[in-house]
Amino acid sequence: MMAPRFRPWLEERLPLADAIEALRHKTVPQHRHSLWYYFGGMTLFLFGLQVGTGALLLLYYRPSAAEAYESVQFIVARVPFGWLVRSIHAWSANLMVASAFAHLFSVLFLHAYRRPRELTWVSGVLLLLLTLAFGFTGYLLPWNEISFFATRVGTDIAATVPLVGRGLVRFLRGGNDVSGATLTRLFGFHVAILPAIATALVALHLLLIQRHGMSVPPSVEERAGQDPAAVRSLPFLPHFLLRDLFAWTTTLALLAGLSTFYPWELGVKADPFAAAPAGIRPEWYFLWAFETLKYVPATVAGIEGELLAVAVMGAGAIGVLLLPFFAGHTPPARRVVVWVGIIALGFMTVMTALALTGTAP
Amino acid sequence: MEQNRSRRRLLNWLLGLWGGGVLGSVFYPVVRYLAPPEIPESATLSAGAGSARLLLPNSGRVVPFGSRPAIILRTPAGELRAFSATCTHLDCTVQYRPDLQRIWCACHNGEYDLNGRNVAGPPPRPLEPFEVNVKDDEITISRTS
Repeated sequence: MMAPRFRPWLEERLPLADAIEALRHKTVPQHRHSLWYYFGGMTLFLFGLQVGTGALLLLYYRPSAAEAYESVQFIVARVPFGWLVRSIHAWSANLMVASAFAHLFSVLFLHAYRRPRELTWVSGVLLLLLTLAFGFTGYLLPWNEISFFATRVGTDIAATVPLVGRGLVRFLRGGNDVSGATLTRLFGFHVAILPAIATALVALHLLLIQRHGMSVPPSVEERAGQDPAAVRSLPFLPHFLLRDLFAWTTTLALLAGLSTFYPWELGVKADPFAAAPAGIRPEWYFLWAFETLKYVPATVAGIEGELLAVAVMGAGAIGVLLLPFFAGHTPPARRVVVWVGIIALGFMTVMTALALTGTAP
Repeated sequence: MEQNRSRRRLLNWLLGLWGGGVLGSVFYPVVRYLAPPEIPESATLSAGAGSARLLLPNSGRVVPFGSRPAIILRTPAGELRAFSATCTHLDCTVQYRPDLQRIWCACHNGEYDLNGRNVAGPPPRPLEPFEVNVKDDEITISRTS
């Protein structure tokens, strides 16, 4: 037997015992909102799945306008289980965005961004923005008609930024137009630059969570003040981890089912000299912004409508990012945060529904 | 004591200079590298746009004009007109809608009339018009000088 001798050998060289000891003491609060604690781990699991399936896709994908579409076609049609890997990557990306949004809104509504977790919130919002950037850059990679025009629209929005707009568009597109240069560039962002930043931020986010532990919502905290038994806690190892693993396995099964019965479509190859097809739309998580742009008139009070929309959305993003630093911590201030969250969620839902039902103004 | 402090100040200043120099000499080339070089494009002055006979009244087609698309259409009255096909809103490629008798952008439902003027939806500016010439059934569109 090697194991009995191997473990002491390893422990002499690595702080294994410390790590296990720390994990043994880690607990997760148990209360009626505990379900929401699972979405962070779920997002992490889906991120891991994206890294894995993404690495596999890299083995066959070719990032050029001439070959991208054909190489994806080759992956789904010829490579054994290529259809599965590609569909899981696409589906898992969508579930990851959904899970990250659920995580953000649950943290918002449960006020988990409060002191001392401000930086956890900031790193989390940055990770959500990175997730959207992953979605945007990955969308173009199959080089199909829909993604081609979605990328033209998406990158052109940057042109509305005063002064640096044109430069920003050229930076995103790798030239003046969406072309093979854009594909190569977004591919580089998607597989190298964004993953490097995301990995560092995930590490920071996890470190901060280990440092501060799980946040207990104020409503539960108040009740615990009267009755300490109201907040029980669950050992992380093995109880919470096993529940996490159960949720992840279920998600994996769901992804396999979705990929098998609703394989992700490849569409028609992009043609830069064809008219944008009817029914063009970005991925569902950008739909609300896309729909909003439809309703914004060309000019509002002398200001270009687009610029106004972009400015409002940009201010919104910065507001979300810095929320813990200006949101008050009194119960009425917390109610304001909840209402702003509900209004934002309601607005996004209505706009998405309008885009899906295809009612044009 | 005073001498120590001024020595420290000098050292800090040198350290800052060193750090700033290293950062600058790393990031300046990186930032410049990220901005794609301007590739001088020979300004496209004219391009063929296919057969005039096959373009029926109240229809249009999108054709390449240099590296960008152009739209050539025949009005219901039979007149040929050409415009840049790049929507002035967010860069989509427009198309001719016979049912509306207008140029239409599928992305955000923008509409232009048969003179290329933005008449409905979000487009902020009209489409750039091109000149149309027909010789032996072959349409040529060119930039109006």
